[in-house]
Amino acid sequence: MSDIIIIGAGVIGCSIARELSRYDAKVTVLEKANDVACGTSKANSGVVHGGFDAKPGTLKAKFNVAGNAMFDKLSKELDFPFRRNGAYVLCFDDDKWDGLKKLYDQGMENGVLDVKVVTGDEVRQREPYVSKEVKGALWCPSSGIVSPYEMTIAYAENAADNGVKFVFEKKVASVAQNGRKLRVVCEDGDCYDADVVVNCAGLYSDELNNSLCEKKYKIVPRKGEYMLLDKTAGYLTGTTLFQLPTAMGKGILVVPSVHGNILLGPTAVDIEDKDCKDTTYDGLAEAFEKACITVPSLTKKQVITQFTGLRAHADAGDFVIGWAEDKPMYNLVGIESPGLTAAPAIAVHAAKEISSRLSLKENPSFNPVRKGIPCFATMTEKERAEIIKKNPLYGRIVCRCEVVTEGEIVDSINRPVGAKDLDGVKRRTRAGMGRCQSGFCSERVMEIIARERGIDMTEVTKSGKGSEIIVGRVE
Amino acid sequence: MSKKNLIIIGGGPAGLAAAKSAYDAGERDILILEREDKLGGILNQCIHNGFGLHTFKEELTGPEYASRYIDQVKERGIEYKLGTTVLSIDKNKRVTCANEKDGLQIYEAKAIILACGCRERPRGAINIAGCRAAGIFSAGTAQKLINIDGYMPGKEVVILGSGDIGLIMARRMTFQGAKVKAVVELMPYSSGLNRNIVQCLNDFDIPLMFSHTVVEIKGKGRVSSVVIAQVDAKLNPIKGTEQEIKCDTLLLSVGLLPENELSKMADVNLSPVTGGAVVDDDMMTQTDGIFACGNVLHVHDLVDFVSEESEWAGKRAAAYIKGEKASGESVAIEAKDGVRYVVPQFVHREGEGNLKLKMRVGNVFKNVRLCVVCDGGEVYSKKCMIVTPGEMETITLNEKQTRALKNSKQAVVCLKAVEK
Repeated sequence: MSDIIIIGAGVIGCSIARELSRYDAKVTVLEKANDVACGTSKANSGVVHGGFDAKPGTLKAKFNVAGNAMFDKLSKELDFPFRRNGAYVLCFDDDKWDGLKKLYDQGMENGVLDVKVVTGDEVRQREPYVSKEVKGALWCPSSGIVSPYEMTIAYAENAADNGVKFVFEKKVASVAQNGRKLRVVCEDGDCYDADVVVNCAGLYSDELNNSLCEKKYKIVPRKGEYMLLDKTAGYLTGTTLFQLPTAMGKGILVVPSVHGNILLGPTAVDIEDKDCKDTTYDGLAEAFEKACITVPSLTKKQVITQFTGLRAHADAGDFVIGWAEDKPMYNLVGIESPGLTAAPAIAVHAAKEISSRLSLKENPSFNPVRKGIPCFATMTEKERAEIIKKNPLYGRIVCRCEVVTEGEIVDSINRPVGAKDLDGVKRRTRAGMGRCQSGFCSERVMEIIARERGIDMTEVTKSGKGSEIIVGRVE
Repeated sequence: MSKKNLIIIGGGPAGLAAAKSAYDAGERDILILEREDKLGGILNQCIHNGFGLHTFKEELTGPEYASRYIDQVKERGIEYKLGTTVLSIDKNKRVTCANEKDGLQIYEAKAIILACGCRERPRGAINIAGCRAAGIFSAGTAQKLINIDGYMPGKEVVILGSGDIGLIMARRMTFQGAKVKAVVELMPYSSGLNRNIVQCLNDFDIPLMFSHTVVEIKGKGRVSSVVIAQVDAKLNPIKGTEQEIKCDTLLLSVGLLPENELSKMADVNLSPVTGGAVVDDDMMTQTDGIFACGNVLHVHDLVDFVSEESEWAGKRAAAYIKGEKASGESVAIEAKDGVRYVVPQFVHREGEGNLKLKMRVGNVFKNVRLCVVCDGGEVYSKKCMIVTPGEMETITLNEKQTRALKNSKQAVVCLKAVEK
């Protein structure tokens, strides 16, 4: 059986893993972090883009439009939160109408046929908190929102259910030719031989490619800082609000999350450090001030947390998708925005190319359906009563802000590709994601993690090795 | 669906005191709902002493203070459910709650007392830039880890905010061998009790830096240092005053917020100043039959005052259930000229007796008079050497003064200068 190694368990790696699990092959995902969705896939705007923004003829445009169309079916199949909430691109100056017109034309050319130009009043009719300075907008009803990490987790769980193996805390150092195969060398000395290596290493996809191939790439980490507002600010907008884009990206957004929070950001600054996840005083100030241009009534009182995400910006400007020269390495380099939207389509495309090169047969037992963790917070009273009867741990509410039960937390740890630490539980269940930001529940969640994983409390981490939460016992 | 006369949400000091006094006022059909597995609330983790000086005239630890009330509740046979979280309430006093044993339960109550306490303001709410490493705790979380679970959250500590829990934790962590390098306070004054500054910081030579804040948290995986800076009069950091302090832990004691998520579901009118409900002199919110007391109403410094306020609320809720509620017009009490808020915000015109008003000031003032002014005339005045935002002030109006207030068109609580 053919050996396929996927390097990187972000949304690209996990979606390709799932699509490859439709075929009869031995697929292994190597990930340097201790969980999936630990890089770009966990910290982005969560927007499923319409597809009018990408330059016609590019891979970005092609996969964006194709990916967007897949979300309705996919989100049901894999049971992750997704909603078509529509998006406006706002124009604040009468002399910038040609900018909107250009986006409109681009949309038409890319096949986004539902876009139209509307007046500022029409925008405010739908979203009354949008600035009075808005003169007009591009309206794209097919734009949506998704929880990017929950989507990645869903892909990973379904891949695992269909036989894909995930190896965490396995940082790859290089890839080298080894006869007809490729040898993946890990930092800890472990080696994996593979018939095909799939490079989904995100910010590090350049280094991985460059370690094997003549043609070199360069990824520039483009840093974006965000602020997340409490659900009580959810009334501010139900629609994704863009400002007219600039050379650095799509500008500062005000966007609802699928869970009802509001997200402000991202800034866009090219940096050097690929591990940087720090927010800055100036960056947060910029995100907030620019978001206020769109929604002037925003207040910092509603902010519950801040975070930074890095986009894997390739110097070439477009996605790099395909075989690396004549090597059996399949590259996915520079998958920045609209990479999340494009992921489902990219995955299907990549899996087809890989399976055809390896002449893979179909996996007859492939099951496309994954069920998520039953979410107590969104259940009706009847459903709540029933689930507690079935599993009494659902009667123990651990996170009071987001109403997350012990039942959900235990499930999140014990399911395939399960949570290992606080952040893993948080991304799967929302425990600790509410307004108190885990002040009350972190200690309870730590106890549950220690108990379920059979580890000591002092070994429980926030987000992987080196992030242990307590330093020892009280003497 | 079951029926209950009185449901008390929260089995901490407020809920316990309210239950006891409602019982003593003749109410027998009482149910306390508590989400933790033990009664006593946050007192269980407050193992330091200093509780009960007003109520019991002796110094007790938190658990000792709690057990006095727990005993009284148990002696009376008042029903309570532990490990039970209230999921929703509505203005018709329908209470939905869940626990492991009974599953989902729905009650219809004649009256509800909100006694759900408060929560700590998290890091996100104060917008500190930097990493999101492990090692950042709210002071209360750290307190729970040490005192309840027996785990040390860190060894080298910086504390942001001089709230009481932060001060107590500075001492607690020092006792446990940690090095508390500094307590950093944004304001030019502390939001904690003076006695805590003396006993928890000064006695251990822990520096308290006023008008400073944390501007950056550094570290990968675990916190490795914080950068602090001085702030100007507008509380903005002053460039060039930054200094880096090596530490593995940052504790936040930057304020408490009444926890009113349930109140909102029942359309309870909240005060933007206290963050708690707007109440009348019966501690009843503006939603009929829903009462509030303790830290869910406004954040207290001393548990003794929580108990006192809650006993009153319990008594009045029992009277309400009997149909003896105050009705008719009420007069609003306004907080002005240095006074940030007054609780209660409304007083019924009918009824006799003394009236207790609780308030906080918005800044540090020296040599002032705390006054109650009704229709322009001073009804009450108290000289204060110093008033600070960290210490709640209480005024008790006697029967005559209360009557004057109840009869007035406009009642104001304010600060006035002491005439020389």
